[in-house]
Amino acid sequence: MTKFDIIVIGGGHAGIEASCAAANMGCSVGLLTMDRFAIGRMSCNPAIGGTAKGHLVREIDALGGMMGKIADRTGIQFRMLNKSKGPAVWSPRCQSDRKLYSEEAYRVVNSIRNIETVEASVVEILSENRKVVGVRTENDDEILCKALVLSSGTFLNGLMHTGLRSTKGGRFGEKPATGITESLLKLGFISGRLKTGTPPRLKKNSINLDILEIQPGDQYPQPFSFSTDRNSFPVLPQLSCYVTYTNKQVHEILAKGFAQSPMFTGLIKGVGPRYCPSIEDKIVRFADKEKHQLFLEPEGLDSDLIYVNGFSSSLPAEIQYEALHKIKGLEECEMVRPGYAVEYDFFPPHQVDLTLETKLIKGLYFAGQINGTSGYEEAAAQGLVAGINAAAKITGRKELVLRRSEAYIGVLIDDLVNKSTDEPYRMFTSRAEYRLLLRQDNADRRLMKYGYDYGLQQKENFEKVVANEKLISRSIELFDNMKLHSRDINSFLENKNLSSIDSTETISKLCKRPELNLKELISLDHNSDNPVIGELLKNDTAIEQVEIQLKYEGYLKRQQEMIERLERYEEEKIPLTLNYSKLKALSAEGREKLNKVKPRSIGQASRISGVTPSDISILLVYLKN
Amino acid sequence: MINRHREDTIAAIITPLGVGAVSVIRVSGAGSFQATDSIFVGKGKIANSKSHTVHYGKIVDEKENKIDDVLVSLFRSPHSYTGEDCVEISTHGNPFIAKKILQLLLQKEVRQAEPGEFTKRAFLNNKIDLIQAEAVADVINSRTEASLLGARNQLDGLLSQKIEGLRSMLINASSFVELELDFAEENLVFIGYEELQQKIDRILTEINDLLSTYSFGRVIRDGVNVALVGKPNVGKSSLLNYILKESRAIVSHIPGTTRDVIREEVSIDGVLFRLYDTAGIRNSENEIEREGVTRSREAVKNADIVLFINDVEQGFSNEIYSELKNLTNSDRIILILNKIDKGLKNNLKEGIPISAKTGQGIDALFKALKQKVFINSNYTEKSAIIANFRHYQCLKKTKEYLLNAKESLKNKLSGEFVALDLRNAENSLSEIIGVVTSDDILNNIFTKFCIGK
Repeated sequence: MTKFDIIVIGGGHAGIEASCAAANMGCSVGLLTMDRFAIGRMSCNPAIGGTAKGHLVREIDALGGMMGKIADRTGIQFRMLNKSKGPAVWSPRCQSDRKLYSEEAYRVVNSIRNIETVEASVVEILSENRKVVGVRTENDDEILCKALVLSSGTFLNGLMHTGLRSTKGGRFGEKPATGITESLLKLGFISGRLKTGTPPRLKKNSINLDILEIQPGDQYPQPFSFSTDRNSFPVLPQLSCYVTYTNKQVHEILAKGFAQSPMFTGLIKGVGPRYCPSIEDKIVRFADKEKHQLFLEPEGLDSDLIYVNGFSSSLPAEIQYEALHKIKGLEECEMVRPGYAVEYDFFPPHQVDLTLETKLIKGLYFAGQINGTSGYEEAAAQGLVAGINAAAKITGRKELVLRRSEAYIGVLIDDLVNKSTDEPYRMFTSRAEYRLLLRQDNADRRLMKYGYDYGLQQKENFEKVVANEKLISRSIELFDNMKLHSRDINSFLENKNLSSIDSTETISKLCKRPELNLKELISLDHNSDNPVIGELLKNDTAIEQVEIQLKYEGYLKRQQEMIERLERYEEEKIPLTLNYSKLKALSAEGREKLNKVKPRSIGQASRISGVTPSDISILLVYLKN
Repeated sequence: MINRHREDTIAAIITPLGVGAVSVIRVSGAGSFQATDSIFVGKGKIANSKSHTVHYGKIVDEKENKIDDVLVSLFRSPHSYTGEDCVEISTHGNPFIAKKILQLLLQKEVRQAEPGEFTKRAFLNNKIDLIQAEAVADVINSRTEASLLGARNQLDGLLSQKIEGLRSMLINASSFVELELDFAEENLVFIGYEELQQKIDRILTEINDLLSTYSFGRVIRDGVNVALVGKPNVGKSSLLNYILKESRAIVSHIPGTTRDVIREEVSIDGVLFRLYDTAGIRNSENEIEREGVTRSREAVKNADIVLFINDVEQGFSNEIYSELKNLTNSDRIILILNKIDKGLKNNLKEGIPISAKTGQGIDALFKALKQKVFINSNYTEKSAIIANFRHYQCLKKTKEYLLNAKESLKNKLSGEFVALDLRNAENSLSEIIGVVTSDDILNNIFTKFCIGK
């Protein structure tokens, strides 16, 4: 009988991270997938990153995950979004070559010796005494394990809809996973149903791209991964995207199909994401809007497909086709595949702990869409955390629970566990109350130590980060004291039409002026050949960090104060054995939610939806006595 | 209910100690009926009676001696103030009787309640929320009608409503900022900086209005400090005595805490005034007098209102007046011209003409005092007022953050910096009523804007 330390079910973005992390931590991993060539397959848009999601990728990379590396090697357009705004909301994003991404993911997984890929369809989760022991497959084989990560994506009882026709399956051309939901329900879990959608794919050479607005990548593309060699980046040739718009006529045609919409007729029971609505949803909800923006994204270097981002739909294929033809540039387009909606089972995430281990069955971890999230990056982040924690548990190491003030990943999991979700959860920068500190540029400074501790990050990388850290703090100390003289700087300021200084001013203070940058200021100082400065000027990463810290010092300080104010209750631990039913003083809803979530601290309790401030006061009073 | 409290019965005298018409002893907890029955003789047992009934009978001591005739009201859990079984014993208003009855109770498995413990239990049993708990403390501590009005007001949730309104204005402003940050790629028309600034200004105006009620709120809660100042023999003491007599509601008399500043508390039309009769405020060579001067100056500085008294005989004292203006804001000074019973002389025109001897003009003085209190307050029973220091501080913090946000806007910083202070402002505001969540902002975004590729 086959036995692994850890079984991972599903080879999507969560499954890849979970398998690689657990294997690199020394566990034997069985990666169970229905199709080995579907590993790393991008179900929806051929892109990685974006606002807040780019932050997640940078964090995954800092912790030693794979997503950033794979994206860097297979990206065909790199852009830093929000560049006109402050550094906290800069978000890296890339278009990926869909085929190459999946191939590279397959290669990465197979290059790790501890991972064995097994083609199998799991029909049952096996447990003994509330502890996971393995799985049963379709062929009635049992595969045993000490811990299990379930990252099944949209495959649990997946049902795809185009118009009133529905097909069983988790993704176009792939069959669903049946049995797992049912076996979990038997163990006492609660499941729900969600929906997501994908737009049609068009033939590239049938589109008149020449008349459309072009959206090129950045002139100086930045990779996601710390490990990516900047000198040979980007690896692949770079392509552009195109922008076009819907119009009134398009909306009218789409409206004709509403009678056959699986959404509007109630055929689809699952809840869809409000932030990623289908085109028909947009037309109904925002009836006064005359046009909607669409992005035409290339699917790959050799691919003749174009992905119509913004046109997700489950209307009948004929309607989609007719409407597309009224869009500028798409008048003669050939639709290779219509858009469709997919419904799938998820398990409301209050059923997992902050480690992503389920509360009901020890050793069983949920990651990705099964927890109600949407997005490759959200899935990968959870897969990584689940993989690390599953391996940590088996090997007797400390669990990984990231704080909200530490990482977007911390925000993600904390939100899931405490607020649960009834629509697909997507990351936004506004979900992070400590946004100014959780930047994509400092992900390595924040998190690489953890990756290194678990053995997922190379020593050489970690040492670089540690050395940078020293350089950054020495530089800041230096600039707080180093003064520029008016005779050295005033003519420079006047040239820029800026107010001059009286006698002297520290570099730190001058750097706070929005119009001045640190490198310029350093170059104005003629007297110093300080070794710290010499070192700093050779190090772009460190100089960026120093500059951000100096420029936004006041804000960063306020953010820090906010952490201290809001996180003071994180240290107030609540015993997991506390029986909330005994505390009759709690509000009925508060009691029920607390019993469900079993928070670890007062801080966590205060974020559970339905728990009132009075409930928290009561808990505090109770715990103090 | 937390079990520990179930076993524990508490009692206290809940009316102020002093000679009044009645005193009330409250007993709360699972043992309250049993404990009461053990000292009460009436028609039947309290323990067998229905909730919300009143029973006449007598309290007897261990030797069956009658202590007093009483009325016992009983409230069964959860329909009582504390949410527990509860008894209130009304006795005649003799402090010794009330104390004796309490002592009897304390011999029976009942312990003396700690200050605020009834309210704490009410809170723990979900009978009241935090803001209400604070208001209850204010009701208990309020000594005049106007003060009671403020506290009631809050109990009824006027302040909560107001804060909730401000909070949704803030969330609305934040969602515009967040939208621009999180949906960078959508071709949305973002709010202009100017419009955002206007939104913030509107919130700031409301907060400033609310903040300005604090001095008034504090005054109706804690009372108004009034210093009586004037040359010797202008009739300060006679005026003080007349006011005390006239108002007929001497709240307390604190005799000579210092030799030179005498304090009295009176209630005039429901507002509590604390009157300080000062000695001189001008410097003196005499060492003993100098001590008095220091104290008097202190009293003037702390006063919300200064009654500057002159008389028709000595005339207007410019020296004292200019001294006063150094010590306090001239808005706070009410000029009084006393002894008009002796006839108006010297063309004296400054001040409210009164006679502390005959009472002439005293009504005008009372009116002037009240006017000073209610000035700029636009206070009606329907307005939310800030009377609690914690609330005041939270609001001030909120204002500070909003000013920061405006500063960021002025400096053309990008949205996330503005958002930081808007969020901080929202947190501070929410601390007053106790809700903090970033979900509200996202929900607002989802319902208002078309987003998502």
